[in-house]
Amino acid sequence: MSLLLLALLAKLAAAVAGALRARRPDGWGIVYGMSLGAAVLAALGALLAAPGAVVLPLGLPWIGVHLRLDALAAFFLLVVNLGAAAASLFALDDARHETAPERVLPFYPAFLAGLDLVVLADDALTFLFAWELMSLASWALVIAHHRESGNLRAGLVYLLMAGLSALALLFAFGLLAGTGGHYTFAAMRAAPPAGAAAGIALMLALFGAGAKAGIVPLHAWLPLAHPAAPSHVSALMSGVMTKVALYAFIRIGFDLLGATPWWSAVVLLALGGATAVLGILYALMQGDLKRLLAYSTVENIGIICIGLGLAMAFRSAGYAAGAALALTAALLHVFNHAMMKSLLFFGAGTVLHATGLREMDGLGGLLHRMPRTGFAVLVGCAAIAALPPLNGFVSEWLTLQAIMLRPDLPQWGLKVMIPTDGALLALAAALAGACFVKLFGVSFLGRARSAATATAADPGRLAQSAMLGLAMLCLLAGVLPGALIDLIAPVTNALLGARMPTQLAQPWLTLIPVAAARSSYNGLLIFAFIAAATWLTVRAVHRFASHDLRRAPAWDCGFPDLPAAAQYGGDSFAQPLRRVFAAPLFGARETVELPPPGSVAPARIEKHLPDPLWEILYAPVGSLVLRLADVMNRLQFLTIRRYLAFVFIALVALLLAIALWQ
Amino acid sequence: MALVLLAAPLLTGWVRKVKARLQRRRGPPLLQPYRDLVRLLGKEAVIADNASWLFRTAPYLIFALTWVGAALVPTFATGLLFSWTGDLIAITALLGAARFLLALAGMDIGTSFGGIGASREVMIASMAEPAMLMIVITLALIAGSTQLSTIAAFMLSPAAGLHVSLALALFAFLIVALAENARIPVDNPATHLELTMVHEAMVLEYSARHLAMIELAAALKLLLSLSVIACIFLPFGMVRGADGIGGYLLGLTSYAGKLAAAGVALATFETAIAKMRVFRLPGLLGAALMLGLLATLLLYVAPDM
Repeated sequence: MSLLLLALLAKLAAAVAGALRARRPDGWGIVYGMSLGAAVLAALGALLAAPGAVVLPLGLPWIGVHLRLDALAAFFLLVVNLGAAAASLFALDDARHETAPERVLPFYPAFLAGLDLVVLADDALTFLFAWELMSLASWALVIAHHRESGNLRAGLVYLLMAGLSALALLFAFGLLAGTGGHYTFAAMRAAPPAGAAAGIALMLALFGAGAKAGIVPLHAWLPLAHPAAPSHVSALMSGVMTKVALYAFIRIGFDLLGATPWWSAVVLLALGGATAVLGILYALMQGDLKRLLAYSTVENIGIICIGLGLAMAFRSAGYAAGAALALTAALLHVFNHAMMKSLLFFGAGTVLHATGLREMDGLGGLLHRMPRTGFAVLVGCAAIAALPPLNGFVSEWLTLQAIMLRPDLPQWGLKVMIPTDGALLALAAALAGACFVKLFGVSFLGRARSAATATAADPGRLAQSAMLGLAMLCLLAGVLPGALIDLIAPVTNALLGARMPTQLAQPWLTLIPVAAARSSYNGLLIFAFIAAATWLTVRAVHRFASHDLRRAPAWDCGFPDLPAAAQYGGDSFAQPLRRVFAAPLFGARETVELPPPGSVAPARIEKHLPDPLWEILYAPVGSLVLRLADVMNRLQFLTIRRYLAFVFIALVALLLAIALWQ
Repeated sequence: MALVLLAAPLLTGWVRKVKARLQRRRGPPLLQPYRDLVRLLGKEAVIADNASWLFRTAPYLIFALTWVGAALVPTFATGLLFSWTGDLIAITALLGAARFLLALAGMDIGTSFGGIGASREVMIASMAEPAMLMIVITLALIAGSTQLSTIAAFMLSPAAGLHVSLALALFAFLIVALAENARIPVDNPATHLELTMVHEAMVLEYSARHLAMIELAAALKLLLSLSVIACIFLPFGMVRGADGIGGYLLGLTSYAGKLAAAGVALATFETAIAKMRVFRLPGLLGAALMLGLLATLLLYVAPDM
């Protein structure tokens, strides 16, 4: 515990150092170096420290600051600090290019400290304080480059949503604290609300955490804000902060609240399925590298929510073993997604600095210019597309195994929702494959589409090692998922009273969710088989086949020197999928104008991709607020007599109210 | 592992032969695919100027992934060594990984053909893969396992009765198998018109040993799909445990017979039907997905169906 406090203190010290030395040439080195050290320290602490609690004499005198490390907090601390360590390492190279260090350096360590503190908090007040610290620090980072178009609007939308989310959590904690007004989690755990209050508290928590995590339809800010921040911060926001938001939901839903009603599982499953599919469909339609990644985060949050929903459904049915499997799958995906999404955002940041472009349709052929980055991003793409033997596959496989359990659930809502989520999960996984073929194929393969790519090069050694290290972790977590699952076992034991079988004790380190006869997967052997088969094939072909190799122009159908713009770009690649999925769901359409015969005018194709969720949910609220503001605005220009009248009326009304009350 | 590798081109040759006879052509000899492979291996490889390392390594990886997938499918015996390393979901995902690499290789050169092929391939896969997973879930709900050996053993046992959901799954699987293997009506393996190609458009730039690897992988994939059908839906004759030499002979003969019959059925179907327009495919594949979902829902609601 003291190790963790030390790390927390180091992060706060780094924030102060960032504020003092931001403009000095060595400022970024100090801040990111300290952050890296503190993150490594905290990750070690999360792995090694014994569970414990501490009350610091800070804050409100009669409450203090309660911090506690338990299995769940330790797991999330590990995820947070691995991500933070990678981001700091990456930033040690990448932040050299920062144009406004004074707008980034003070807030980055504060953001890290906020993330840590949310996970460690053991009373509602500390939790909300840390939650707001996390939100505000990341908001400052989102608008760090406030002169770039769109960033200020992204910041505004983010601030509003963050405020709403904190408000919902505040009410949720209010319901949990009950009339006694006990703010510590221990007191809430001891006396959970019953009946309707429990359901409302859970839904408020889902709203509050979901707005931060990006559950559809509360995701609107996410694709605006995540790409606007500097790349290493985008990685943290997408990879880590969304997971911390889900931590809040798990803490309330699985720990503080005792039993949850079965319908809450249906809500969670429905939202999770919709989030997964809509998120990846939005991602497929994007042309902006970082925005695509942000939408893909929405998808993965959906996948995690499906796992959480299954766990909740099984728990309410009293099927603890199944709930443990589903929760393990969800937490494993939390870890996996944090690693691969950080990796991909680092890749996008490297591309952004090397070329100055975020639009994929200006890129192309980067694999030649930045081979190491390209390789790392390829691993990340394959991992997030759930391809074996990498880690994304394992967690989605486990989620599917949980869906296949089929315990005897009495409720029809669950009977219909669980298989439907199976289909949605499968669809999302397949679409993710398409999405990341697009990302890698358009930006790293093919021919260069603009001159900006001509000078692109791999980043410095530290940034490279951050990316390759994460790629290595993706592979390791894919071939040895048992180690992670055993790490998660204490969490499910504490929350659900059940755990998956010990994986590292299985023969050949096979992954066995329930029983060997039912299903098993051995990433290590699959990887070994693939490696052996590739080696054998390459050896055999090189032994017996011709070695000759000739470079020649590509086949051009007798129409030579096609410009690079004639290749498939992002939009053309996604066109079939846009037509199949986005036309019925979002009302996407294309208008094609062909010039009349004989005319030399160019043909035009126009893509129209509306966002119905924004138009239905957000736009009306926005215009309502504006209209109300207009009405209120008149109050500003009244005469003194009228103001005095208002005061008088208010006074009379209050007195009347008191008189009636008594 | 070696068996599937050796048998795969023969199956492709058999399908081509039957198809040719149905069209009143004599067709190439049965062993022609082997000759083609040897010929390709002996040739000089020509690759485009701007091909990256991915383009050159992808064929080997694609072949290896498909091979591992095919090796995990029980062919003539239910007890397969190392069957527990990967279940049917893992096999589907291994094929998905091969397709991911193939689509990337198609986009590597930067011509429109590679792009069109890759773009259409991922559209097809985005519906075929979930349909396949729904079929797996259906099977798992019936047989209580996703391991192919266990499923096959269950299907052989008297416990496996008639299930409506199984029929739905079979129908969906047939559609998925056609799509996975780029057969008519989804794709035409024999087309030479670039705009109608999907699979062939992606591999347009490949030649010699690289092309040989991809062709062999495609043949393996066809064998894999038919083996899965045989193993799940027609498991009779498979060796269970210690049946002795006679059992193995019976298993092998029945496996060969099943593959031959499936090959004839595929050739007949392909001869009888025309290729579909690309944008009618989502209807067909969506039907497979819906059938899979329906089968799963049925099993969730009424476990005996």
